[in-house]
Amino acid sequence: MPQANSYTRTAVGLHWLVAVAIIGTFGLGLYMHELPFSPGKLKLYSWHKWAGVSIFLLVLVRVFWRLSHQPPALPAHMPPWQRQAAEGAHLLLYVLMLAVPVTGWLMSSAKGVPTVWFGVLPLPDLLAKDKELGELLATLHKVLNIGMAALVLAHVGAALKHHFIDRDEVLVRMLPVLKKTERRTQ
Amino acid sequence: MKFGRRTALLAAFLFAIPFAQAAEFNRLRPDGSTVAFVYRQMGVPVEGGFRRFGGSLSFDPARPQAAKAVIEVDLAGIDTGFAEGNEEAQGRLWFDTKNHPVARFVATSVKPLGGNRFEVAGRLSIKGRTREVKTPATFRQAGSSGVFEGAFILKRADYGIGEGVWADFDTVANEVEVRFRLSAVAAK
Repeated sequence: MPQANSYTRTAVGLHWLVAVAIIGTFGLGLYMHELPFSPGKLKLYSWHKWAGVSIFLLVLVRVFWRLSHQPPALPAHMPPWQRQAAEGAHLLLYVLMLAVPVTGWLMSSAKGVPTVWFGVLPLPDLLAKDKELGELLATLHKVLNIGMAALVLAHVGAALKHHFIDRDEVLVRMLPVLKKTERRTQ
Repeated sequence: MKFGRRTALLAAFLFAIPFAQAAEFNRLRPDGSTVAFVYRQMGVPVEGGFRRFGGSLSFDPARPQAAKAVIEVDLAGIDTGFAEGNEEAQGRLWFDTKNHPVARFVATSVKPLGGNRFEVAGRLSIKGRTREVKTPATFRQAGSSGVFEGAFILKRADYGIGEGVWADFDTVANEVEVRFRLSAVAAK
């Protein structure tokens, strides 16, 4: 079967949905952490957790979609090291998109606060309350987030390089709206 | 003859109940006791407790109606599950521990419900407010100790626990489950 030269609409939709959700939830995490204790802070923490659980589930769908649909091939002009870097980075992004919410959930569990998705569906507490483990998981959650933020910047940088320097289809096929606007301006 | 046998059986049955030989349990053992609670924030049940409490009680299982209990809880010893929460809970809007350091429960009646179950009624005073409360409790003997266990729902708004920005129940629910386990020994 020849490789398609475009992503499915589902893949594109999930990519951007998860991208927006991750950026929003990451920003919320940074913001809420610094707030003084208040009902608002407790609400934001809950929303952050609900978003994290939702992202985890969406990423599972993405993984399933990715495994069942072959993505378009990388442009032929890319040297092998770039192909390997791209594939490695994508794999690592998937791992982090799952690991970050899982560490958040485990941290919450270890800190003695169960996660109840949208205040309705309780997630099982895999860890018993343990202050030190809670602190350790908090550090891990933070470190993985910093790692993911760096990787996302590299991912965006690479996409922009493909679009503006290599002038290939890599960004356009994930952001088809660019192609339409280009056509209109021509 | 028949009547006599029945009486003998009844007597044997009564003596077989451990309570029949029980002493009066009158010294609280803080080691074997806990005063804990479960509150819900954003729909999430979170466990907490009090590190320091004391009191006096006397309970003779053979005469539950004569039981007496005064339990005092040092509210500054609250553990809400996390440090920020502990600080907040001692503040003016919650327990205001500076002005009202102690919560006090004074039992007014102990009603046997059959078996090892009792209904304990009393007055609970927190933050300058006193309300009547009732709680089911079970009693059992464990070695030389007598252990009371039970739980009841406290409505935090009845005592002004969580005022101002915390007064509505969106974030922290009104109903708080209070769980107690009080262990006492018989002291002469």
